[in-house]
Amino acid sequence: MARRQTQDVLRTRQRTTRRPEHLTEERARPPIVELRRVTKVYPGGHVGLERVSLRVDRGEFVFLVGPTGCGKTTLIKTLLRELQPTEGEVLIAGRDIGSLSDRKVPQLRRRIGTVFQDYKLLPNRSVYDNVAYALQVIGASRSEIRRKVPDALRLVGLADKVKNFPDQLSGGEQQRLSVARAFVNHPPLLLADEPTGNLDPNTSIGIMQVLYRINRTGTTVFVVTHDREMVDKMRRRVIQLDSGRIVRDQAAGTYTSDDESTREFARRVREEMGLEGERSAY
Amino acid sequence: MGRIFFFIREGLRALRRSPAPSLAAIVTVAVTALVLGVLIPVLQSANGKTNEVRNQVGLRIFLSDVDASGQPLPVGSVGQQAPPAQIQELQAKLEAIPHVQSAQFVSKDQAKTILSDRLRDENREDIVAQLPGARNPLPASFDVQPDDLANLGSVRAAITPPGANGKPTPISPLINDVNDSRDDAEKISGATTAVRWVLGVVSGLMLIASLLLVANTIRLSIYARRREVEVMRLVGATNWFIRWPFMVEGLVCGLVGAGVAIGFLLLGKTVIVDPLKNNFNLIDSTGTIGFSTLALVLLGVAMAVSAMGSGLTLRRFLRI
Repeated sequence: MARRQTQDVLRTRQRTTRRPEHLTEERARPPIVELRRVTKVYPGGHVGLERVSLRVDRGEFVFLVGPTGCGKTTLIKTLLRELQPTEGEVLIAGRDIGSLSDRKVPQLRRRIGTVFQDYKLLPNRSVYDNVAYALQVIGASRSEIRRKVPDALRLVGLADKVKNFPDQLSGGEQQRLSVARAFVNHPPLLLADEPTGNLDPNTSIGIMQVLYRINRTGTTVFVVTHDREMVDKMRRRVIQLDSGRIVRDQAAGTYTSDDESTREFARRVREEMGLEGERSAY
Repeated sequence: MGRIFFFIREGLRALRRSPAPSLAAIVTVAVTALVLGVLIPVLQSANGKTNEVRNQVGLRIFLSDVDASGQPLPVGSVGQQAPPAQIQELQAKLEAIPHVQSAQFVSKDQAKTILSDRLRDENREDIVAQLPGARNPLPASFDVQPDDLANLGSVRAAITPPGANGKPTPISPLINDVNDSRDDAEKISGATTAVRWVLGVVSGLMLIASLLLVANTIRLSIYARRREVEVMRLVGATNWFIRWPFMVEGLVCGLVGAGVAIGFLLLGKTVIVDPLKNNFNLIDSTGTIGFSTLALVLLGVAMAVSAMGSGLTLRRFLRI
């Protein structure tokens, strides 16, 4: 089974790396995610992102951290083209998604797996059908669905709950299901917006292990999180946002920067105590 | 092909798994279809009645009697009926006038029969019997029907165009008098026009109200599932991929709702209307829509409205 999975992943990678002729050798393997001075100003004047530039290569595992309201969700939404940036370009696998027509947006989303804090499952479908839906959407054949869905459910450890409905699952199981759905057609990129936000620490570790396993198959995993313990334990690339700007981009980093100044520490304490409103004082 | 079955299966799954909102939609469709199904024939029959009344108003042209030599006699003198050749000539003239639908000749004898019939109803036919000998004082006449009540005036003007001295002069010396019961005509015209307006406005309002009601119910049922739509979009479903199952669901709701309404209408027709038909002129259904046509119209409208309602409501949640 593991072998077949690897083959699938290889196939996916081959597909995504087919290079367009006009690209030079140097750009032939574009990063999976690239933001070029992306700014997003909301209609009310609130700045969600401010000149954010960043590159994420294939196969990376990236944590995106930062206080509430710092623009993490805005960033995720621009990657899914739920939001259009006010300025700048967002490139997925080398393609500027701002130039996609509305009709092409579903195609983009099929190549990006998504996991959310509130699971976003289809309530009137069984575990099996929830995963199968992601394949039905892309017009997969029945035999393909029969082959891939059990694989994905086994990967997340839900193989014995195939016939259950989402409301019969625990929070952790629901999140696993959501991960299985995100990964079932082996997307090159998986976005997780606070996947452990509603879960206790032990369950969270399980989810992170699944995400790690997925990352090992070659999928780029992009995790937005507040889970300090997890970030510190995994020691992966950490990108920290604050007020819409990238303030830290560190390989194998921790939740907070190692050289945290007193002022930053004070700010963090205040935020964690729920006094975020005073952030504007800085 | 497989796609179509997939969409049908998906639409039916929603009906099976969350029947409450769909049930509300079905009930709404059934009630409005029922109201429309009753209203359409009633309005039609009311409109038919007003048309009937309007059509009874026309011109009556009284002809002079003639003497033995064929000359018209002055008003009030009793003589013979004009010879058939003259009458046919006049009839041809009348029928040639624009907007004249028909010109019906009523001879002196027919007039006498009509009078005695009418008097018999009041048990006074002895009045006719008292007429001395073969004398018949009733004049022959033409009943002229304009094609529409509104053209009554122009027809009358054509029958008595202004002569050399400016006074209205009949187109034939035989014409003694033209009675257009103008007051009646105006009253009836005004009343029937008002009735038509009221019926038109009422049916228009009913139609709008029922469409809005159905659309709103469908909207609510979709609104309850907007999160589901959001999830579908997230995994990369195209808009039509999301829309079709909802439209199938709408079609089924429309079908079932209209079916229920048609069932009730059929019941009401056989149990209430049909037995009364012979006794009440008003229920006479000639000229109203046939039941099977009505059923088909209701079915088609209900299905189209609920399917389109679903499709259009979804648009709000499908914006990218």
